[in-house]
Amino acid sequence: MSESVNNREPLLDISGLEVHFETRRGIARAVNEVDLTLYKGERFGLVGESGSGKTTMILALLRMIKTPGFIAGGKAVFDDGTDLLALNAEQVRQTRLKRVAMVPQGAMNSLNPVIRIGEQMMLTMREHGEEGERDELMARVVGLLEKVGLKPEAASLYPHELSGGMKQRACIAQAICLNPQLILADEPTSALDVVVQRQIMQTLRQLQIGLDATVLLVGHDMGLMAQFAERVGIMYGGKLVEVGTVSDIFRNPQHPYTQLLISSIPSFETRGDFKGIPGVALSLLDPPSGCLFHPRCPKATDACAQREPTLKEVSPGQWASCLLHEEEHDATAS
Amino acid sequence: MPPLLEARHIRKVFSSSGGLFAEDKETVAVEDFTLTIDADKPSFTTIAGESGSGKTTIARMLLGVIPPSEGEVLYAGRSIGQLEKDEMRSFRQDVQAIFQDPFEVYNPFYKVDHILTTPIEKFGLASSKSDAREQIDVALRTVGLRPEETLGRYPHQLSGGQRQRITIARALLLKPKLIIADEPVSMVDASLRATILASLHKLYREFDISFVYITHDLTTAYQVSENIVVLYHGTVAEAGGVEQVIKDPHHPYTRELIQSIPVPDPGSAWIEEEIEEKEVDESSAAASMQGWSMCRYAPRCPHAMDKCSTRPPLFRSGAGRAAACFLYDEQEPVEEGNLTQLFSEK
Ligand SMILES: Nc1ncnc2c1ncn2[C@@H]1O[C@H](COP(=O)(O)OP(=O)(O)OP(=O)(O)O)[C@@H](O)[C@H]1O
Ligand SMILES: Nc1ncnc2c1ncn2[C@@H]1O[C@H](COP(=O)(O)OP(=O)(O)OP(=O)(O)O)[C@@H](O)[C@H]1O
Ligand SMILES: [Mg+2]
Ligand SMILES: [Mg+2]
Repeated sequence: MSESVNNREPLLDISGLEVHFETRRGIARAVNEVDLTLYKGERFGLVGESGSGKTTMILALLRMIKTPGFIAGGKAVFDDGTDLLALNAEQVRQTRLKRVAMVPQGAMNSLNPVIRIGEQMMLTMREHGEEGERDELMARVVGLLEKVGLKPEAASLYPHELSGGMKQRACIAQAICLNPQLILADEPTSALDVVVQRQIMQTLRQLQIGLDATVLLVGHDMGLMAQFAERVGIMYGGKLVEVGTVSDIFRNPQHPYTQLLISSIPSFETRGDFKGIPGVALSLLDPPSGCLFHPRCPKATDACAQREPTLKEVSPGQWASCLLHEEEHDATAS
Repeated sequence: MPPLLEARHIRKVFSSSGGLFAEDKETVAVEDFTLTIDADKPSFTTIAGESGSGKTTIARMLLGVIPPSEGEVLYAGRSIGQLEKDEMRSFRQDVQAIFQDPFEVYNPFYKVDHILTTPIEKFGLASSKSDAREQIDVALRTVGLRPEETLGRYPHQLSGGQRQRITIARALLLKPKLIIADEPVSMVDASLRATILASLHKLYREFDISFVYITHDLTTAYQVSENIVVLYHGTVAEAGGVEQVIKDPHHPYTRELIQSIPVPDPGSAWIEEEIEEKEVDESSAAASMQGWSMCRYAPRCPHAMDKCSTRPPLFRSGAGRAAACFLYDEQEPVEEGNLTQLFSEK
């Protein structure tokens, strides 16, 4: 699936990504044969079940998977041919921030409490090989702070002197300090109130457009996804089960899991009406045969317990991994 | 009958050392909070507010985990700092807590069974082993778990939603009268959120258990609760029936919050429309956290007036509701700031 979306060029081509955790009871396939192309300058949202492998996927792209986990296979190839998953430790260090940067969830925890904000950013830039006089770097820091909506004075403050929203802004400034092409953000605003969240997501979007960078946003807030993302991917049990434009995913979902997930979103229309997906979350150590979702799927047929579906393009730009669609596919093909 | 639990003008000040580089400072986490949970009429109250607004601090004071700096919390009419041993025991049984990530509190080396049998043993709730097993089965089924698929497993072999429901089942075994749930669903996906909230709602409806539901998500608050208290920097900004407050917010902060909620419908102007950002001097806002005397929202408020330099009481802005805002100062203030009194007037 690498033809361009909205006339955009591919940036990163992820194929066959596998991340496994070794446990006492066997191997857990936390990320299971994921294929996904991210395009230049797009905002991509990744949602799905708790435990479906979203964070693990991001950590794999940053090469931050720790034992007992390991990347068991696959490629993540940049437009210039660099495979993120094949880099050695020194190359990984070179790539972070310059090509791939992360905006962490708990901004509060990721800043060093005893170093002033400006100083921290300067240190980070130095660590990543940026040279130059102190004054020069500090001027860049101040420029970055302004870009994220902070005053220059913020450079001389300690993290505890900033509000939660300001800390999150400082983290974004740090993430973009070396103009990355890909920004990975795992629930970056989930602790903030919606007013501050909106301001920060607007800032992130403006920066992303300015840098022509790609943002991969992970989270459970479906409202935020609907407003921020241009394309959305849905994960279930380590697999990417559907990908499409944000309006296709929200208005015309094709995979039964996506359909149920979308219909479980609460609204201000009805109270006391809860539409969770029945059934038990799957065990990665003892996954069902065939389609991983079939035991909970209202549309499952006998075939679903036997055959594993693969991602198929069900309409232009929308991909779903479901046998219902494969059969249609096969029927029209023959 | 005295109320089950009563918070009277509780206030909490934390003093923290600033470390090597900063001065010691005092944080007023909760300014003045009064709430009553009736013993005879179940209630479902949300406490909503952004990170750091004081929600967990209120929960911890209600649970007796930390003492208030001022004011008191009473259980069945007695201050919880002064309960006799047997009163303490029934307090521990009547008032249960559910936290954000139950995995953290579980010992990974004990099976789920242990989590459920411990309270039964501790409180002598069962007459025999089979009676205990029966009670556990009932509690698990009530929260939608199959005992045969759940018992015998270790916590890490369960999903986040299953673990959360085990905490609920555990709380249920004690047949509590009140459950205080601090962000019980903020970490899980939309579907699990619905499943877990449905379990809580069922306990309220069918078992007459009262809830204090703590969250920063107004949509789920709307779904499950009857009443809502919106906190801003440790103070109550607005309180009332959830239907009225969400559909017709009075306090400018609540209005701003509700307008800012991203709706799960692509294509609205949420991300593009320039929002007017008030220049807020955060350091003076932070300074006002200590020994403040003004409306804490005033620095951000589009309606700020001269009066706002004094602290607004909770004015009765409508039937059964109130807002701490001078826009409503022709109305009477709520006596003693007692929210439950207010809720009962709807
Ligand atoms: N150290 C570990 N050992 C064993 N299994 C692990 C480990 N870390 C993660 N996993 C498993 O990998 C799977 C994917 O986890 P991950 O954190 O990526 O999920 P997620 O989609 O980010 O979930 P959430 O939405 O809850 O954040 C989960 O089933 C989890 O239990
Ligand atoms: N033990 C403590 N020592 C010092 N300050 C504290 C302590 N506990 C909480 N605070 C401070 O009190 C304020 C309120 O914190 P609290 O945890 O009650 O907020 P919250 O509304 O639960 O936030 P969140 O949504 O992030 O859980 C914050 O400013 C916090 O930093
Ligand atoms: Mg995650
Ligand atoms: Mg809290």
